[in-house]
Amino acid sequence: MKIAIASGKGGTGKTTLSTNLAAYISETEKIVLSDLDVEEPNSGLFIKGDSVHKEDKFKMIPVWEEDKCTLCGICQKVCNFHAVIQLGSQIMVFPELCHGCYACSELCPVEALPMVPKKMGELKEFKNGDISFIESRLIIGEEQAVPLIAQTQEYVEKNFSEDIIKLFDSPPGTSCPVIEAVKDVDFVILITEPTPFGFHDMKLAAETVKELKKDFAVVINRYGIGNNDVIDYCERENIPILAKIPNNRKIAELYSKGEIIYTHVPEMKDELEKIKNYIFNLRKDRK
Amino acid sequence: MKEIVVISGKGGTGKTSFTASLAYLGGSDVVVADCDVDAADMHLLLKPDFAKAEEFFSGELAVINQDKCTKCGRCKEVCRFNAISIINNQYIVDSLSCEGCGYCARVCPVNAITNEDLNVGNWYISNTKVDNTLVHAKLGIGADNSGKLVAKVKNEAKKIAVENNKDYIIVDGSPGIGCPVVSSLSGANFVVLVTEPSVSGLHDLKRVYELVKKFNVKAGCIVNKADINSDKANEVREFLKEEKIVHIADFPYDVSFTEAMTEGKTIVEFDNGDLKKLVVDSWNKIKEITK
Repeated sequence: MKIAIASGKGGTGKTTLSTNLAAYISETEKIVLSDLDVEEPNSGLFIKGDSVHKEDKFKMIPVWEEDKCTLCGICQKVCNFHAVIQLGSQIMVFPELCHGCYACSELCPVEALPMVPKKMGELKEFKNGDISFIESRLIIGEEQAVPLIAQTQEYVEKNFSEDIIKLFDSPPGTSCPVIEAVKDVDFVILITEPTPFGFHDMKLAAETVKELKKDFAVVINRYGIGNNDVIDYCERENIPILAKIPNNRKIAELYSKGEIIYTHVPEMKDELEKIKNYIFNLRKDRK
Repeated sequence: MKEIVVISGKGGTGKTSFTASLAYLGGSDVVVADCDVDAADMHLLLKPDFAKAEEFFSGELAVINQDKCTKCGRCKEVCRFNAISIINNQYIVDSLSCEGCGYCARVCPVNAITNEDLNVGNWYISNTKVDNTLVHAKLGIGADNSGKLVAKVKNEAKKIAVENNKDYIIVDGSPGIGCPVVSSLSGANFVVLVTEPSVSGLHDLKRVYELVKKFNVKAGCIVNKADINSDKANEVREFLKEEKIVHIADFPYDVSFTEAMTEGKTIVEFDNGDLKKLVVDSWNKIKEITK
């Protein structure tokens, strides 16, 4: 069972919830946590463990083979992303613009643009007790997170059985990286804070998740600050609120040190218990 | 005209609260660009009037004409994004997976596939409550191409700033290090990094600064919630020193930031004491550096 933890706005507590929930559930059963925020992966700062696997991740890009090229210009014409440009008697490839569609390579009549792998990031798997933790990080300067997110999900899919609970710490925002992280999961938990920014971005995230036809629920973080808009909205829209994590300077301090919070803050544990029960019931219903 | 870009790597460190305060202080001298088009929040504090709205088209989506389709399967074969599937014996494009590369349309033997321009959102030119021009946008739900919309917002802001002889463009960037951030960094004269002294704040600061270095642009840093972890705050300061990043200011962990936001105000409207002074001093410092 795959569950994404997403938010719209950054810094609302995705990583805090992902890591604490993973640690809490791992007290009773095996769990997988995967950090899909490949631009700024943070879960690994909180869940440390023994490295069990490491692999480079590649995207495929074309390279120009000058001696084969007849300068017919088809490659440039078929690239919708302007990643292949003909300049005089030269073909230039801009790897950061390339989406890896293979059109230039396969439509070249003389096979002068073979596709070769280019490293875009690294995937690592760690083990800590009953938590299997997988993170991928994008090489700085690579602009496209989506292919790495997709390959990380494939890795998780391939290496862990269907019934094990898998948590995906998702990237912020509402555009392509989030869509990629969320589109194949069974359930989405949106975490927000009860402030105008939190509320505004949570609505965007909720609309995005609805568009993807996913079941979802909300967790409120830093409960006690701001106003009631998030709660009123959820009640109006019949969105379940799974938990309210209190606003607490102690939590912020523990977080800043990279520590798991619920073992120090009993209220946090109570809220995690509610979320865990909800997830376990979902799983029961699915069977 | 100077372009000041505010980014953070990590989300939620206070970028927008800080940027909106600079906008407030800058008034009619500045043009503001909200380049966090995924989750644009600046308008909640600056109360723009949405005076001018335009649609933004970017990228393409493959559309299969079922009357012409002979179900040869060639399109599905060439698609590297698994965007074409067979549903009820029809070849159907999944709009969320389609990258708009157009490969399928090129190989379809009966020309049954066309590429449609995608409306990925709207962008706006507004006057704000403090008399600056705000260029902002709203990305459509689930839309792609946020990097291009960022470029559009920035270029429009630049145009307005040049035409009206404005001194500054202040850009609120998005979290991360991917295409929208790259897009907002291009052309910057000065980068303000907003961070917090936490393991993730520092981790993300280091990654985003690696990216900033590729642009060869001078940077300064605001350490928000500086008193939450003094060891980490020292580590942040050390990193700034090593990298010759200007340490602009330390901000305390203070509920006033949230309270101001809840009232739809910037911190400089809400607070008349130390916090306001910190922001004013920071703005003066930034102006001095970019002179």
